[in-house]
Amino acid sequence: MAIEDDVLVIGGGLAGVTAALAAADQSAQVRLVSYKQSTLRHASGLIDVLGYTPTGDGPLVDPFEALVDLPEGHPYERVGLEAVREALSFFDEIAGDAYDGGHTDANALVPTHGGTVKPTARYPVSTAAGLASDGRDTLLVGFETLPDFEAPLAASHLEAAGAPFAARGITVRFPGIVRDDAKVTRYAHLLDQDEAVTTAAGETTARDALADIVRSQLEDEARVGFPAILGDDHANAVRADLAERLGVDVFEVPMGPPSLPGLRLEDLLYDALEDASVRVTTGVPVVEYETGTSGQIDHVVVDRNGTEIPHRADQYVLATGGLVGKGVRSERKRVFEPVFDCHVPHPADRYDWFVDDVFGDQPYARFGLPVDRDLRPLDPGDEPEFSNLRAAGAVLGGYDFAAEKSGSGVSLATGYVAGQRAGMEARQ
Amino acid sequence: MARDTEVLVLGGGSTGCGIARDLAMRGLEVTLVERGNLTDGTTGRMHGLLHSGGRYAVSDQASATECIEENEVLREIAGHCVEETGGLFVQRPEDSDDYFRQKLEGCRECGIPARVLSGSEAREVEPYLADDIKRAIEVPDGAVDPFRLCVANAIDAETYGARIETHAEVIDLLRDGDDIYGVEVRHDSGPGKRTHATSGTTEEITAEYVVNATGAWAGQIGAMADLEIAVRPSKGVMTIMNVRQVDTVINRCHPKGDADIIVPHETTAILGTTDEEVDDPDDYPEEQWEVDQMIDTLSELVPILKEARTIRSFWGVRPLYEPPGTGTQDPTDITRDFFLLDHADRDGVTGMSSIVGGKFTTYRMMAEQISDHVCEKLGVTATCATADEPLPGSENIATLEAGMDDFGLRSPVARRSRQRLGSRAREVLETDEPNPVICQCEGVTRAEIKDAIAQSGTDLNAVRIRTRASMGNCQGGFCCQPMANELHPEYDEKMVREALDELFQERWKGERHALWGEQLSQAMLNYALHATTMNRDHDPASATSTVDFAAFDDGRAERDRIDGIRGGR
Repeated sequence: MAIEDDVLVIGGGLAGVTAALAAADQSAQVRLVSYKQSTLRHASGLIDVLGYTPTGDGPLVDPFEALVDLPEGHPYERVGLEAVREALSFFDEIAGDAYDGGHTDANALVPTHGGTVKPTARYPVSTAAGLASDGRDTLLVGFETLPDFEAPLAASHLEAAGAPFAARGITVRFPGIVRDDAKVTRYAHLLDQDEAVTTAAGETTARDALADIVRSQLEDEARVGFPAILGDDHANAVRADLAERLGVDVFEVPMGPPSLPGLRLEDLLYDALEDASVRVTTGVPVVEYETGTSGQIDHVVVDRNGTEIPHRADQYVLATGGLVGKGVRSERKRVFEPVFDCHVPHPADRYDWFVDDVFGDQPYARFGLPVDRDLRPLDPGDEPEFSNLRAAGAVLGGYDFAAEKSGSGVSLATGYVAGQRAGMEARQ
Repeated sequence: MARDTEVLVLGGGSTGCGIARDLAMRGLEVTLVERGNLTDGTTGRMHGLLHSGGRYAVSDQASATECIEENEVLREIAGHCVEETGGLFVQRPEDSDDYFRQKLEGCRECGIPARVLSGSEAREVEPYLADDIKRAIEVPDGAVDPFRLCVANAIDAETYGARIETHAEVIDLLRDGDDIYGVEVRHDSGPGKRTHATSGTTEEITAEYVVNATGAWAGQIGAMADLEIAVRPSKGVMTIMNVRQVDTVINRCHPKGDADIIVPHETTAILGTTDEEVDDPDDYPEEQWEVDQMIDTLSELVPILKEARTIRSFWGVRPLYEPPGTGTQDPTDITRDFFLLDHADRDGVTGMSSIVGGKFTTYRMMAEQISDHVCEKLGVTATCATADEPLPGSENIATLEAGMDDFGLRSPVARRSRQRLGSRAREVLETDEPNPVICQCEGVTRAEIKDAIAQSGTDLNAVRIRTRASMGNCQGGFCCQPMANELHPEYDEKMVREALDELFQERWKGERHALWGEQLSQAMLNYALHATTMNRDHDPASATSTVDFAAFDDGRAERDRIDGIRGGR
């Protein structure tokens, strides 16, 4: 007996979750299956839409203005400007108070842990007080045991980048961290639980101890930035506590993997799935599929701990990610999509997959599925591979999310459109 | 006439550094100049094999005998750079029985311990060997870290008073009539340790005697004084796997051929190699077929290589040479022996000798013979001590092993650090400061990075070769940036940024040849971390145009709104 739903979403990242939520919003019965951990934990948690044009112009103040000029085949061109706006509104509703930036079309410039600034359309509230266009002087605080963020260097870098404020960095020891290679989740946990720690002054709590250390070095800066480890489940309370004790605003600088803002976003999205009654099964790969009489996908087979379970749905959404998420894979002589073997255009010679400048116009970064304006993957003859399959997110080709700073926006917009259409069609 | 130094050595590879150490230990005043980083030429681009001599046991028994002698010396004086892996010469069904017998006899004639294993015995040693391997000869091949060995020679030479000048390219030989008396160099960054972005200056360095140890580049140096040195540079590819599919050096037991050796090296295995003559040692094609050939051909010995992950490929250029008139066509047939060309005897130009040919395993013996020659020229009678004096890091290694502690590190990290640092481990790792791991793939801590920075300044590639940081699976995607962070505050933000850019680009160079499967996925992740998360590809600090910060969202409208809500309550 197959498990039956209206819509089956394959993939549990930003695109897959958005598709599932959008389909559920159409009153469809939706199931989401995912295999690997999503790449959200690798990502900064920022919701970028478009920071630079495909030709490298930017940073763009208004991403929406530039969206209408994108080349044919770009995922934004496929879905259109209005869908991008709707998808962002949809996200704003899901995220509620957790994200800011929806009050304006303008991008924000968020300081990065490398000391540069990155354009983004939405940002977690934890980074809001740190925006680079805010002219208040800034103290950045790094920790001796967190080598990814060298605060004095980041501060100098921000000034070299022309940021309109004075930035200063200090490096301190994090109270309560006894192991030099403690994971970032350990830092967050110490603050989340406000654990008891022992300092030179005696026994105190983690938040108090950290605030004490920083306060003694705070000059007249109006805000203090920390690497993004300020709590996990209780991040808002941690930040508010520190701000109150320091008497200034407190913000987070997004970090590399594992990224707490990314993990918080993942939690937020999965809570939303639960609220929308989407059924979620994780850790299960799709290993096979069968087509029906008219060439549509009849069902897929999911491997659950060695047991093969057929899943049948009216409509399918493929949101398995790109090269990083393994929704697009490669061998020495080919690039392919492993679930449905959808067409992935690529040069035959793998030495044409890259250019020599590491930040050059990298062909491999654009690998992915070509789709029609309904987001149905196209075969080499530009015909839909299957009538009831849509694709969303990084599995799509034709754009370089890293250079454009468009990864989250494309996932939201295409996930939203794919999910909404799948939901509508399944209900008909 | 007063000279700046007694002996000037050109070239910071294993030969040049070996000569500098040898002569400095004999009490001579030595200066060594190197165009790039130490090991940048051929030394840093070899497969990491410490020859037992087995490879030459049939074709070139003189070289084979030298190899086994030096193999034993290096295990003593550079124990921390050598891994005693052992080696196998394996025979496939189509390989000749006659050659197998010649190989075995040759090893015995050259004093190379050799033992025959059946196919199943060989597979017990190396379970991933192909099922149809007939039998094998076991020999004492090893793995050697050419970077640390070469650097240890340079450090010891400095201890004995030598001046080691990297990033100093020879732009002219100083010649007065029929006498060469020094060189002119262009400093990439001013004399001393490398600091980024300081403008180039030139310097004339005069010497009693010049030793041209520039290997494949010896002809270019010679040409500066109208001397013809007919080096025949020959390129070879090496492909690095992400794990050690084998723990023993695997050689194919056949007369000669491309893609016939696998060397386990640190966390990786290195596949080699090809042998193709090139015109210019700095400019030659690096081709896809060479990488494919490594994987496809060596899969016949170890089938899992077919599907395994490679993390990068690199090419090296052998400094092959043969005396004029020999006329060997195929570079694989050119002798691996070395030649000392005294230009006084050969060209009637005094003051300089060139060394060409040779191989890494016998670098010390070559350096000894050349140093003897230099001493004879200068009328110095001191004798060589390099075969007996351990290199820095290898003093009393056996007693140290027993007394090692973990320096507060996780034990796998401590073990890796100790292997790299040898007897310097305590000096480097014992610290009261926090000592987090900077490079997770290779287990390199801050203290080790700082130690390398103290040696080499802002050149992060020099830090890399000293520590292996950024040489593992992620190829620096995760650790390049924290490595660069360690340069600050000693070096300023702009220098750190340029040092990071240089290292990241260098890592990409080799990774390009491994861009499929898992490593393409890794490359995309690295790209995303640096471009998406950090926006390093559009860094306003490096851009020519300025950013109009005022035009962007400053978050204040949002805060005012929230404050307004709060105020209304």
